Amino acid sequence: MDQPQEAATATQPDPGTVEICISCMHLPGCRLRSKQEEPVLSCDLFEEGEWSADLVAALIDKHRDQRGGLISILEGVQAKYGYLPEKALRIVAERTGRSLVDIYGVATFYKAFSLEPKGRHMCSVCVGTACHVRNAPTVVEEFERKLGVKPGETTEDREYSFETVNCLGACALGPIVVVDGHYFPQVNARQVDEIIDKTQNGLDFIEVTTDKRVFPVEVFCARCNRSLMDTDHLIEGYPSVRVTISFGRKHGWLRLSSLYGSFTIESEHEIPAETIPQFFCPTCHAELAGATDCPNCAAPMVPLIVRGGGMVQICSRRGCTSHLLDVSGLGS
Amino acid sequence: MIQLKINGIDVSVDRGTTLLEAATFLGLPIPTLCHMEGLTPYGACRLCVVEIGAPPNSRLVTSCTYPAEEGLTVRTASNRVLRARRMIVELLLASCPQSKTIQDIASAMEVRQQRFRQENEDCILCGRCVRMCSEQMMAGAIGFTGRGQDRAIGTPFDSHSEVCRLCGGCIYVCPACELRCTYTDPEKAICGGCANLAPPCADKPQFDDMMCYMQPCVACEIKKD
Repeated sequence: MDQPQEAATATQPDPGTVEICISCMHLPGCRLRSKQEEPVLSCDLFEEGEWSADLVAALIDKHRDQRGGLISILEGVQAKYGYLPEKALRIVAERTGRSLVDIYGVATFYKAFSLEPKGRHMCSVCVGTACHVRNAPTVVEEFERKLGVKPGETTEDREYSFETVNCLGACALGPIVVVDGHYFPQVNARQVDEIIDKTQNGLDFIEVTTDKRVFPVEVFCARCNRSLMDTDHLIEGYPSVRVTISFGRKHGWLRLSSLYGSFTIESEHEIPAETIPQFFCPTCHAELAGATDCPNCAAPMVPLIVRGGGMVQICSRRGCTSHLLDVSGLGS
Repeated sequence: MIQLKINGIDVSVDRGTTLLEAATFLGLPIPTLCHMEGLTPYGACRLCVVEIGAPPNSRLVTSCTYPAEEGLTVRTASNRVLRARRMIVELLLASCPQSKTIQDIASAMEVRQQRFRQENEDCILCGRCVRMCSEQMMAGAIGFTGRGQDRAIGTPFDSHSEVCRLCGGCIYVCPACELRCTYTDPEKAICGGCANLAPPCADKPQFDDMMCYMQPCVACEIKKD
Protein backbone atom coordinates (compact mmCIF):
# COMPACT_ATOMS: atom_id res chain seq x y z
CA MET A 1 0.00 0.00 0.00
CA ASP A 2 2.41 2.70 -1.09
CA GLN A 3 -0.25 4.59 -2.95
CA PRO A 4 -0.13 7.87 -0.96
CA GLN A 5 3.59 8.34 -1.52
CA GLU A 6 3.22 7.62 -5.19
CA ALA A 7 0.39 10.06 -5.52
CA ALA A 8 2.23 12.73 -3.62
CA THR A 9 5.32 12.55 -5.80
CA ALA A 10 3.37 12.32 -8.99
CA THR A 11 1.20 15.36 -8.50
CA GLN A 12 3.86 17.64 -7.05
CA PRO A 13 1.73 19.84 -4.82
CA ASP A 14 1.95 23.59 -4.72
CA PRO A 15 3.47 24.75 -1.48
CA GLY A 16 0.73 25.94 0.81
CA THR A 17 -1.87 23.38 -0.10
CA VAL A 18 -2.40 20.70 2.45
CA GLU A 19 -2.59 17.25 1.02
CA ILE A 20 -4.73 15.42 3.49
CA CYS A 21 -7.71 13.54 2.33
CA ILE A 22 -10.33 14.79 4.73
CA SER A 23 -12.51 11.94 3.69
CA CYS A 24 -10.57 9.23 5.39
CA MET A 25 -7.88 11.20 7.21
CA HIS A 26 -5.17 9.66 5.08
CA LEU A 27 -5.87 6.03 5.41
CA PRO A 28 -3.50 3.86 3.43
CA GLY A 29 -5.01 3.24 0.02
CA CYS A 30 -6.65 6.65 -0.18
CA ARG A 31 -6.51 8.12 -3.62
CA LEU A 32 -5.65 11.76 -3.78
CA ARG A 33 -7.69 13.38 -6.47
CA SER A 34 -7.37 17.09 -6.47
CA LYS A 35 -4.67 19.61 -5.74
CA GLN A 36 -7.14 22.41 -5.29
CA GLU A 37 -7.09 24.45 -2.14
CA GLU A 38 -9.76 22.31 -0.66
CA PRO A 39 -7.82 19.11 -0.33
CA VAL A 40 -10.49 16.53 -0.70
CA LEU A 41 -10.03 13.56 -2.80
CA SER A 42 -11.86 10.68 -4.17
CA CYS A 43 -11.38 7.92 -1.75
CA ASP A 44 -13.15 4.61 -1.43
CA LEU A 45 -12.82 4.58 2.30
CA PHE A 46 -14.69 7.75 3.15
CA GLU A 47 -18.09 6.29 3.67
CA GLU A 48 -17.07 4.74 6.97
CA GLY A 49 -16.94 7.88 9.07
CA GLU A 50 -19.48 10.17 10.68
CA TRP A 51 -17.94 13.30 9.23
CA SER A 52 -19.15 12.51 5.73
CA ALA A 53 -22.70 13.01 6.96
CA ASP A 54 -21.62 16.28 8.56
CA LEU A 55 -20.04 17.48 5.34
CA VAL A 56 -23.17 16.82 3.35
CA ALA A 57 -25.29 18.42 6.07
CA ALA A 58 -23.14 21.56 5.94
CA LEU A 59 -23.61 21.75 2.18
CA ILE A 60 -27.36 21.40 2.54
CA ASP A 61 -27.50 24.20 5.12
CA LYS A 62 -25.48 26.44 2.85
CA HIS A 63 -27.90 26.09 -0.06
CA ARG A 64 -31.08 25.72 1.94
CA ASP A 65 -32.70 29.00 0.90
CA GLN A 66 -31.68 28.97 -2.73
CA ARG A 67 -33.94 28.15 -5.57
CA GLY A 68 -32.50 25.20 -7.38
CA GLY A 69 -30.30 24.54 -4.39
CA LEU A 70 -30.39 20.81 -5.02
CA ILE A 71 -28.02 21.05 -7.96
CA SER A 72 -25.64 23.20 -5.91
CA ILE A 73 -25.71 20.64 -3.12
CA LEU A 74 -25.01 17.78 -5.53
CA GLU A 75 -22.23 19.80 -7.17
CA GLY A 76 -20.70 20.28 -3.75
CA VAL A 77 -20.89 16.59 -2.96
CA GLN A 78 -19.40 15.74 -6.33
CA ALA A 79 -16.57 18.24 -5.79
CA LYS A 80 -15.85 16.72 -2.40
CA TYR A 81 -15.89 13.06 -3.30
CA GLY A 82 -15.42 13.04 -7.06
CA TYR A 83 -18.75 11.25 -7.41
CA LEU A 84 -22.13 11.03 -5.73
CA PRO A 85 -22.07 8.24 -3.17
CA GLU A 86 -25.37 6.54 -2.51
CA LYS A 87 -25.16 7.33 1.19
CA ALA A 88 -24.68 11.01 0.47
CA LEU A 89 -27.76 11.05 -1.76
CA ARG A 90 -29.76 9.41 0.98
CA ILE A 91 -28.63 12.06 3.45
CA VAL A 92 -29.53 14.81 0.97
CA ALA A 93 -32.99 13.31 0.54
CA GLU A 94 -33.51 13.01 4.25
CA ARG A 95 -32.36 16.53 5.12
CA THR A 96 -34.03 18.37 2.27
CA GLY A 97 -37.29 16.50 2.70
CA ARG A 98 -37.45 15.53 -0.96
CA SER A 99 -37.98 12.02 -2.13
CA LEU A 100 -34.88 10.06 -2.97
CA VAL A 101 -36.18 9.36 -6.43
CA ASP A 102 -36.25 13.10 -7.28
CA ILE A 103 -32.65 13.44 -6.25
CA TYR A 104 -31.66 10.29 -8.09
CA GLY A 105 -33.45 11.67 -11.17
CA VAL A 106 -31.45 14.90 -11.06
CA ALA A 107 -28.23 13.01 -10.40
CA THR A 108 -28.74 10.75 -13.40
CA PHE A 109 -30.01 13.55 -15.66
CA TYR A 110 -26.86 15.66 -15.72
CA LYS A 111 -23.68 14.34 -17.25
CA ALA A 112 -21.65 16.38 -14.80
CA PHE A 113 -22.75 14.07 -12.02
CA SER A 114 -21.45 10.56 -11.67
CA LEU A 115 -22.75 7.83 -9.44
CA GLU A 116 -19.58 5.82 -9.91
CA PRO A 117 -16.22 6.77 -8.45
CA LYS A 118 -13.98 8.34 -11.08
CA GLY A 119 -10.34 7.54 -11.64
CA ARG A 120 -7.43 9.74 -10.67
CA HIS A 121 -6.89 10.81 -14.25
CA MET A 122 -9.65 11.97 -16.52
CA CYS A 123 -9.08 11.35 -20.24
CA SER A 124 -11.52 13.14 -22.51
CA VAL A 125 -11.34 12.52 -26.24
CA CYS A 126 -13.22 14.94 -28.46
CA VAL A 127 -15.39 13.23 -31.06
CA GLY A 128 -17.03 16.39 -32.34
CA THR A 129 -17.44 16.81 -36.09
CA ALA A 130 -14.06 18.44 -36.73
CA CYS A 131 -12.19 15.91 -34.62
CA HIS A 132 -14.23 13.04 -36.04
CA VAL A 133 -13.24 13.77 -39.63
CA ARG A 134 -9.62 13.93 -38.53
CA ASN A 135 -9.74 10.40 -37.20
CA ALA A 136 -10.78 10.84 -33.60
CA PRO A 137 -12.51 7.43 -33.69
CA THR A 138 -9.17 5.66 -34.06
CA VAL A 139 -7.87 7.61 -31.07
CA VAL A 140 -10.92 6.50 -29.10
CA GLU A 141 -10.33 2.89 -30.14
CA GLU A 142 -6.72 3.10 -29.10
CA PHE A 143 -7.66 4.47 -25.68
CA GLU A 144 -10.21 1.69 -25.32
CA ARG A 145 -7.58 -0.89 -26.16
CA LYS A 146 -4.85 0.58 -23.97
CA LEU A 147 -7.02 1.20 -20.93
CA GLY A 148 -9.31 -1.76 -21.45
CA VAL A 149 -12.46 0.26 -20.79
CA LYS A 150 -15.24 1.69 -22.90
CA PRO A 151 -16.01 5.43 -22.95
CA GLY A 152 -17.71 6.49 -19.73
CA GLU A 153 -15.96 3.79 -17.69
CA THR A 154 -13.15 3.76 -15.19
CA THR A 155 -10.29 1.30 -15.08
CA GLU A 156 -10.41 -1.26 -12.32
CA ASP A 157 -7.46 0.23 -10.47
CA ARG A 158 -9.25 3.61 -10.48
CA GLU A 159 -6.33 5.22 -12.25
CA TYR A 160 -8.08 6.36 -15.43
CA SER A 161 -11.54 7.45 -16.34
CA PHE A 162 -12.16 7.61 -20.05
CA GLU A 163 -14.90 9.55 -21.76
CA THR A 164 -15.74 11.00 -25.13
CA VAL A 165 -16.95 14.57 -25.37
CA ASN A 166 -18.71 16.24 -28.24
CA CYS A 167 -16.77 19.47 -28.62
CA LEU A 168 -14.11 21.25 -26.62
CA GLY A 169 -14.21 24.46 -28.63
CA ALA A 170 -10.71 23.97 -30.01
CA CYS A 171 -11.64 22.51 -33.38
CA ALA A 172 -8.55 23.91 -35.08
CA LEU A 173 -6.46 21.59 -32.92
CA GLY A 174 -8.41 18.41 -33.60
CA PRO A 175 -8.35 15.58 -32.84
CA ILE A 176 -7.92 16.90 -29.36
CA VAL A 177 -7.45 14.95 -26.14
CA VAL A 178 -7.70 16.52 -22.70
CA VAL A 179 -6.14 14.72 -19.79
CA ASP A 180 -6.49 16.27 -16.34
CA GLY A 181 -7.06 19.68 -17.89
CA HIS A 182 -4.06 19.47 -20.23
CA TYR A 183 -4.73 19.78 -23.93
CA PHE A 184 -3.05 17.46 -26.38
CA PRO A 185 -3.58 18.79 -29.91
CA GLN A 186 -3.61 16.86 -33.18
CA VAL A 187 -3.36 13.48 -31.55
CA ASN A 188 -3.08 10.30 -33.59
CA ALA A 189 -3.46 6.76 -32.36
CA ARG A 190 0.31 6.28 -32.06
CA GLN A 191 0.57 9.05 -29.45
CA VAL A 192 -1.97 7.55 -27.10
CA ASP A 193 0.66 5.44 -25.36
CA GLU A 194 2.82 8.47 -24.83
CA ILE A 195 -0.09 10.46 -23.37
CA ILE A 196 -0.91 7.71 -20.91
CA ASP A 197 2.74 7.44 -19.86
CA LYS A 198 3.00 11.17 -19.38
CA THR A 199 -0.12 11.18 -17.28
CA GLN A 200 1.34 8.56 -15.03
CA ASN A 201 4.45 10.61 -14.47
CA GLY A 202 2.40 13.64 -13.61
CA LEU A 203 1.39 16.13 -16.21
CA ASP A 204 2.12 19.02 -13.92
CA PHE A 205 5.81 18.75 -14.72
CA ILE A 206 4.97 20.22 -18.08
CA GLU A 207 3.84 23.51 -16.58
CA VAL A 208 6.47 26.15 -17.10
CA THR A 209 6.44 28.11 -13.91
CA THR A 210 10.12 28.72 -13.30
CA ASP A 211 10.91 30.26 -16.66
CA LYS A 212 11.06 34.01 -16.06
CA ARG A 213 12.67 34.93 -19.35
CA VAL A 214 10.62 37.41 -21.27
CA PHE A 215 9.90 36.55 -24.89
CA PRO A 216 7.15 37.59 -27.28
CA VAL A 217 4.61 34.95 -28.28
CA GLU A 218 2.27 34.97 -31.22
CA VAL A 219 -1.16 33.59 -30.41
CA PHE A 220 -4.19 32.42 -32.35
CA CYS A 221 -7.84 31.82 -31.66
CA ALA A 222 -8.44 28.16 -30.81
CA ARG A 223 -11.68 28.16 -32.73
CA CYS A 224 -10.99 29.91 -36.05
CA ASN A 225 -7.21 29.67 -35.93
CA ARG A 226 -6.83 33.31 -36.97
CA SER A 227 -4.14 35.44 -35.43
CA LEU A 228 -5.05 37.55 -32.44
CA MET A 229 -1.97 39.75 -32.92
CA ASP A 230 -2.55 43.47 -33.49
CA THR A 231 0.48 44.85 -35.31
CA ASP A 232 -0.90 48.39 -35.34
CA HIS A 233 -1.09 48.65 -31.60
CA LEU A 234 2.21 48.06 -29.86
CA ILE A 235 2.59 47.34 -26.19
CA GLU A 236 6.14 47.38 -24.83
CA GLY A 237 7.41 47.62 -28.39
CA TYR A 238 5.78 44.41 -29.59
CA PRO A 239 2.46 43.76 -31.35
CA SER A 240 -0.27 43.33 -28.78
CA VAL A 241 -2.75 40.49 -28.39
CA ARG A 242 -6.21 41.80 -29.13
CA VAL A 243 -9.33 40.15 -27.74
CA THR A 244 -12.83 41.32 -27.02
CA ILE A 245 -14.10 41.19 -23.48
CA SER A 246 -17.41 41.75 -21.84
CA PHE A 247 -18.28 42.11 -18.21
CA GLY A 248 -21.35 43.52 -16.56
CA ARG A 249 -22.93 45.71 -19.23
CA LYS A 250 -19.61 46.65 -20.79
CA HIS A 251 -18.20 45.24 -23.97
CA GLY A 252 -14.97 46.34 -25.57
CA TRP A 253 -11.44 45.52 -26.66
CA LEU A 254 -8.62 44.42 -24.46
CA ARG A 255 -5.00 44.39 -25.55
CA LEU A 256 -2.49 42.23 -23.74
CA SER A 257 1.23 42.45 -23.88
CA SER A 258 2.57 39.64 -26.04
CA LEU A 259 5.66 39.34 -23.89
CA TYR A 260 5.47 36.10 -21.95
CA GLY A 261 5.78 37.01 -18.29
CA SER A 262 4.53 40.57 -18.71
CA PHE A 263 1.12 41.46 -17.34
CA THR A 264 0.65 44.85 -19.01
CA ILE A 265 -2.81 45.34 -20.48
CA GLU A 266 -4.73 48.14 -22.10
CA SER A 267 -8.50 48.10 -22.10
CA GLU A 268 -11.29 50.14 -23.59
CA HIS A 269 -13.14 50.04 -20.31
CA GLU A 270 -11.51 50.02 -16.94
CA ILE A 271 -11.82 46.54 -15.44
CA PRO A 272 -12.38 46.55 -11.69
CA ALA A 273 -10.12 44.19 -9.75
CA GLU A 274 -11.42 40.66 -9.23
CA THR A 275 -13.80 40.96 -12.21
CA ILE A 276 -13.99 37.85 -14.38
CA PRO A 277 -14.77 39.11 -17.91
CA GLN A 278 -15.71 36.81 -20.75
CA PHE A 279 -13.11 36.70 -23.52
CA PHE A 280 -14.04 36.53 -27.19
CA CYS A 281 -12.16 36.22 -30.47
CA PRO A 282 -12.49 39.57 -32.30
CA THR A 283 -12.67 37.76 -35.66
CA CYS A 284 -15.04 34.84 -35.20
CA HIS A 285 -16.64 36.11 -31.96
CA ALA A 286 -16.35 32.68 -30.38
CA GLU A 287 -15.86 32.71 -26.66
CA LEU A 288 -12.29 31.89 -25.73
CA ALA A 289 -13.08 29.36 -23.06
CA GLY A 290 -11.55 26.07 -22.14
CA ALA A 291 -12.17 23.34 -19.65
CA THR A 292 -9.49 24.42 -17.20
CA ASP A 293 -9.95 26.51 -14.08
CA CYS A 294 -7.26 28.70 -12.58
CA PRO A 295 -5.28 26.69 -10.02
CA ASN A 296 -5.01 29.78 -7.79
CA CYS A 297 -8.41 31.43 -7.91
CA ALA A 298 -10.64 28.90 -9.74
CA ALA A 299 -11.71 31.43 -12.38
CA PRO A 300 -11.95 29.98 -15.92
CA MET A 301 -8.69 29.97 -17.88
CA VAL A 302 -8.59 31.52 -21.34
CA PRO A 303 -6.81 29.27 -23.83
CA LEU A 304 -4.77 30.81 -26.66
CA ILE A 305 -2.95 28.80 -29.29
CA VAL A 306 0.76 29.58 -29.60
CA ARG A 307 2.47 29.65 -32.99
CA GLY A 308 4.57 26.55 -33.44
CA GLY A 309 2.28 24.36 -31.36
CA GLY A 310 1.15 24.41 -27.81
CA MET A 311 -1.12 26.59 -25.85
CA VAL A 312 -0.91 29.36 -23.30
CA GLN A 313 -3.71 29.74 -20.82
CA ILE A 314 -4.25 32.91 -18.84
CA CYS A 315 -6.50 33.40 -15.86
CA SER A 316 -9.55 35.48 -16.72
CA ARG A 317 -9.74 37.18 -13.33
CA ARG A 318 -8.47 40.76 -13.25
CA GLY A 319 -5.52 40.89 -10.91
CA CYS A 320 -4.74 37.20 -11.00
CA THR A 321 -1.46 36.60 -12.81
CA SER A 322 -1.84 32.87 -13.04
CA HIS A 323 -1.01 31.35 -16.41
CA LEU A 324 -0.03 28.00 -17.86
CA LEU A 325 2.16 27.45 -20.87
CA ASP A 326 2.14 24.12 -22.58
CA VAL A 327 4.46 24.04 -25.54
CA SER A 328 5.17 20.36 -25.26
CA GLY A 329 2.72 19.64 -28.12
CA LEU A 330 3.19 15.94 -28.72
CA GLY A 331 4.89 14.71 -31.81
CA SER A 332 5.79 18.19 -32.98
CA MET B 1 -65.08 33.95 -16.61
CA ILE B 2 -63.12 33.65 -19.82
CA GLN B 3 -64.76 33.72 -23.23
CA LEU B 4 -63.24 31.62 -25.97
CA LYS B 5 -64.28 29.91 -29.14
CA ILE B 6 -63.80 26.17 -29.65
CA ASN B 7 -64.62 24.83 -33.14
CA GLY B 8 -66.74 27.94 -33.69
CA ILE B 9 -68.76 27.45 -30.51
CA ASP B 10 -68.61 30.25 -27.96
CA VAL B 11 -67.94 28.99 -24.49
CA SER B 12 -67.18 30.68 -21.20
CA VAL B 13 -65.11 28.88 -18.60
CA ASP B 14 -63.50 29.66 -15.25
CA ARG B 15 -59.99 31.03 -15.10
CA GLY B 16 -57.48 28.21 -14.96
CA THR B 17 -59.57 25.78 -16.96
CA THR B 18 -57.52 23.91 -19.51
CA LEU B 19 -58.51 23.68 -23.17
CA LEU B 20 -59.04 19.95 -22.74
CA GLU B 21 -61.52 20.52 -19.94
CA ALA B 22 -63.32 23.20 -21.96
CA ALA B 23 -63.56 20.94 -25.01
CA THR B 24 -64.73 18.00 -22.92
CA PHE B 25 -67.36 20.30 -21.41
CA LEU B 26 -68.65 20.92 -24.94
CA GLY B 27 -68.54 17.21 -25.67
CA LEU B 28 -65.76 17.49 -28.24
CA PRO B 29 -63.65 14.34 -28.24
CA ILE B 30 -59.91 14.78 -27.79
CA PRO B 31 -57.84 11.60 -27.44
CA THR B 32 -55.56 11.53 -24.41
CA LEU B 33 -53.03 9.11 -23.07
CA CYS B 34 -50.87 10.66 -20.37
CA HIS B 35 -53.76 12.71 -19.03
CA MET B 36 -55.64 11.29 -16.09
CA GLU B 37 -58.25 12.72 -13.83
CA GLY B 38 -56.77 13.29 -10.40
CA LEU B 39 -53.19 13.64 -11.60
CA THR B 40 -51.49 16.89 -12.58
CA PRO B 41 -51.45 17.59 -16.32
CA TYR B 42 -48.14 16.55 -17.81
CA GLY B 43 -48.27 17.02 -21.58
CA ALA B 44 -45.95 14.11 -22.36
CA CYS B 45 -47.82 12.08 -24.97
CA ARG B 46 -48.85 15.06 -27.17
CA LEU B 47 -51.93 13.17 -28.35
CA CYS B 48 -54.27 15.91 -27.17
CA VAL B 49 -52.82 18.60 -29.45
CA VAL B 50 -55.21 21.27 -30.67
CA GLU B 51 -54.65 24.23 -32.97
CA ILE B 52 -54.94 27.71 -31.50
CA GLY B 53 -54.91 31.17 -33.11
CA ALA B 54 -55.72 32.42 -36.58
CA PRO B 55 -54.44 30.24 -39.47
CA PRO B 56 -51.27 31.94 -40.71
CA ASN B 57 -49.94 32.13 -37.16
CA SER B 58 -51.77 29.21 -35.66
CA ARG B 59 -49.85 26.71 -33.62
CA LEU B 60 -50.31 23.33 -32.02
CA VAL B 61 -50.43 23.12 -28.24
CA THR B 62 -51.25 20.30 -25.86
CA SER B 63 -54.77 20.99 -24.66
CA CYS B 64 -54.25 19.20 -21.35
CA THR B 65 -51.70 21.77 -20.19
CA TYR B 66 -52.81 24.93 -22.01
CA PRO B 67 -55.00 27.23 -19.90
CA ALA B 68 -57.99 28.91 -21.55
CA GLU B 69 -57.29 32.49 -22.63
CA GLU B 70 -59.68 35.33 -23.29
CA GLY B 71 -60.71 35.46 -26.96
CA LEU B 72 -58.75 32.36 -27.99
CA THR B 73 -59.83 30.48 -31.11
CA VAL B 74 -59.35 26.75 -30.78
CA ARG B 75 -59.79 24.02 -33.37
CA THR B 76 -59.79 20.50 -32.01
CA ALA B 77 -60.17 18.58 -35.25
CA SER B 78 -58.57 20.59 -38.06
CA ASN B 79 -56.62 18.74 -40.74
CA ARG B 80 -53.37 19.86 -39.21
CA VAL B 81 -54.38 18.56 -35.78
CA LEU B 82 -55.55 15.21 -37.14
CA ARG B 83 -52.34 14.79 -39.16
CA ALA B 84 -50.23 15.56 -36.11
CA ARG B 85 -52.19 13.12 -33.96
CA ARG B 86 -51.92 10.33 -36.50
CA MET B 87 -48.19 10.81 -36.67
CA ILE B 88 -47.93 10.78 -32.88
CA VAL B 89 -49.98 7.63 -32.59
CA GLU B 90 -47.82 5.93 -35.22
CA LEU B 91 -44.73 6.85 -33.25
CA LEU B 92 -46.31 5.53 -30.06
CA LEU B 93 -47.19 2.32 -31.86
CA ALA B 94 -43.66 1.99 -33.13
CA SER B 95 -42.27 2.04 -29.62
CA CYS B 96 -45.02 0.15 -27.82
CA PRO B 97 -47.00 -1.98 -30.28
CA GLN B 98 -48.57 -4.35 -27.79
CA SER B 99 -50.49 -1.76 -25.79
CA LYS B 100 -54.19 -2.20 -26.30
CA THR B 101 -54.86 1.38 -25.20
CA ILE B 102 -52.65 2.71 -27.96
CA GLN B 103 -54.04 0.23 -30.46
CA ASP B 104 -57.55 1.38 -29.71
CA ILE B 105 -56.61 5.03 -30.07
CA ALA B 106 -54.99 4.18 -33.38
CA SER B 107 -58.04 2.27 -34.56
CA ALA B 108 -60.30 5.16 -33.65
CA MET B 109 -58.14 7.41 -35.83
CA GLU B 110 -58.21 4.95 -38.70
CA VAL B 111 -54.51 4.29 -38.41
CA ARG B 112 -54.03 0.76 -39.71
CA GLN B 113 -50.31 0.65 -40.26
CA GLN B 114 -47.31 2.36 -38.81
CA ARG B 115 -44.31 3.18 -40.95
CA PHE B 116 -41.44 3.27 -38.49
CA ARG B 117 -38.87 0.83 -37.27
CA GLN B 118 -40.61 -1.44 -34.83
CA GLU B 119 -39.32 -1.43 -31.29
CA ASN B 120 -40.82 -3.41 -28.51
CA GLU B 121 -40.52 -1.13 -25.55
CA ASP B 122 -42.73 -1.66 -22.57
CA CYS B 123 -42.88 2.02 -21.67
CA ILE B 124 -43.82 5.21 -23.48
CA LEU B 125 -42.64 7.49 -20.65
CA CYS B 126 -46.06 9.04 -20.19
CA GLY B 127 -45.32 9.54 -16.50
CA ARG B 128 -48.71 8.35 -15.30
CA CYS B 129 -47.19 5.90 -12.84
CA VAL B 130 -44.73 8.48 -11.51
CA ARG B 131 -47.52 10.97 -10.84
CA MET B 132 -49.76 8.28 -9.41
CA CYS B 133 -47.03 7.22 -7.02
CA SER B 134 -46.23 10.69 -5.73
CA GLU B 135 -49.59 12.45 -5.98
CA GLN B 136 -52.17 9.83 -5.12
CA MET B 137 -50.16 7.26 -3.20
CA MET B 138 -47.91 9.86 -1.54
CA ALA B 139 -44.97 7.52 -1.85
CA GLY B 140 -42.53 8.89 -4.43
CA ALA B 141 -40.98 5.49 -4.94
CA ILE B 142 -40.49 5.64 -8.70
CA GLY B 143 -39.38 8.44 -10.96
CA PHE B 144 -37.64 9.29 -14.18
CA THR B 145 -33.95 8.48 -14.40
CA GLY B 146 -31.41 9.33 -17.05
CA ARG B 147 -31.86 11.61 -20.00
CA GLY B 148 -32.69 11.44 -23.68
CA GLN B 149 -32.33 7.94 -25.01
CA ASP B 150 -31.53 6.58 -21.59
CA ARG B 151 -34.60 8.06 -19.93
CA ALA B 152 -36.49 5.41 -18.05
CA ILE B 153 -38.79 4.88 -15.12
CA GLY B 154 -37.14 3.38 -12.13
CA THR B 155 -36.43 3.33 -8.44
CA PRO B 156 -33.31 4.96 -6.98
CA PHE B 157 -30.21 2.86 -7.62
CA ASP B 158 -32.46 0.32 -9.36
CA SER B 159 -33.04 -1.49 -6.12
CA HIS B 160 -36.17 -2.05 -4.11
CA SER B 161 -37.41 1.25 -2.73
CA GLU B 162 -38.11 1.47 1.00
CA VAL B 163 -41.03 3.83 0.43
CA CYS B 164 -42.80 1.50 -2.02
CA ARG B 165 -45.79 -0.18 -0.42
CA LEU B 166 -46.37 -2.49 -3.39
CA CYS B 167 -49.80 -0.92 -3.86
CA GLY B 168 -49.81 -1.64 -7.58
CA GLY B 169 -51.15 1.80 -8.42
CA CYS B 170 -48.44 2.33 -11.02
CA ILE B 171 -49.42 -0.86 -12.86
CA TYR B 172 -53.09 0.00 -12.58
CA VAL B 173 -52.71 3.32 -14.41
CA CYS B 174 -50.14 2.17 -16.97
CA PRO B 175 -51.45 2.38 -20.54
CA ALA B 176 -48.59 0.35 -21.97
CA CYS B 177 -47.95 -2.68 -19.83
CA GLU B 178 -51.10 -4.59 -20.61
CA LEU B 179 -51.41 -8.07 -21.88
CA ARG B 180 -50.60 -8.39 -25.49
CA CYS B 181 -53.42 -8.48 -27.99
CA THR B 182 -52.45 -11.54 -29.95
CA TYR B 183 -53.87 -10.77 -33.29
CA THR B 184 -51.96 -12.53 -36.01
CA ASP B 185 -51.54 -9.90 -38.71
CA PRO B 186 -48.12 -8.71 -39.83
CA GLU B 187 -46.04 -7.07 -37.15
CA LYS B 188 -46.74 -3.49 -38.06
CA ALA B 189 -50.45 -3.78 -38.76
CA ILE B 190 -53.17 -2.66 -36.39
CA CYS B 191 -56.34 -4.67 -36.84
CA GLY B 192 -58.72 -2.26 -35.17
CA GLY B 193 -60.91 -5.22 -34.41
CA CYS B 194 -61.22 -4.46 -30.73
CA ALA B 195 -62.32 -0.87 -31.11
CA ASN B 196 -66.03 -0.08 -30.96
CA LEU B 197 -67.13 -3.66 -30.72
CA ALA B 198 -69.43 -5.19 -28.19
CA PRO B 199 -67.65 -7.90 -26.21
CA PRO B 200 -67.96 -10.89 -28.54
CA CYS B 201 -66.76 -13.61 -26.26
CA ALA B 202 -68.18 -12.53 -22.92
CA ASP B 203 -71.38 -14.50 -23.43
CA LYS B 204 -69.82 -17.43 -25.24
CA PRO B 205 -68.94 -20.25 -22.88
CA GLN B 206 -66.28 -21.73 -25.17
CA PHE B 207 -64.09 -18.66 -24.66
CA ASP B 208 -63.71 -18.90 -20.93
CA ASP B 209 -59.96 -18.81 -21.22
CA MET B 210 -59.76 -15.63 -23.26
CA MET B 211 -56.46 -13.87 -23.10
CA CYS B 212 -57.23 -10.21 -22.60
CA TYR B 213 -59.02 -9.55 -19.38
CA MET B 214 -58.87 -5.78 -19.71
CA GLN B 215 -61.36 -5.66 -22.51
CA PRO B 216 -62.62 -8.49 -24.63
CA CYS B 217 -61.19 -8.68 -28.06
CA VAL B 218 -62.07 -10.47 -31.26
CA ALA B 219 -58.48 -11.58 -31.47
CA CYS B 220 -59.07 -14.40 -29.04
CA GLU B 221 -61.94 -15.60 -31.08
CA ILE B 222 -59.79 -15.72 -34.16
CA LYS B 223 -57.01 -17.42 -32.30
CA LYS B 224 -59.31 -20.11 -30.93
CA ASP B 225 -60.30 -21.09 -34.44
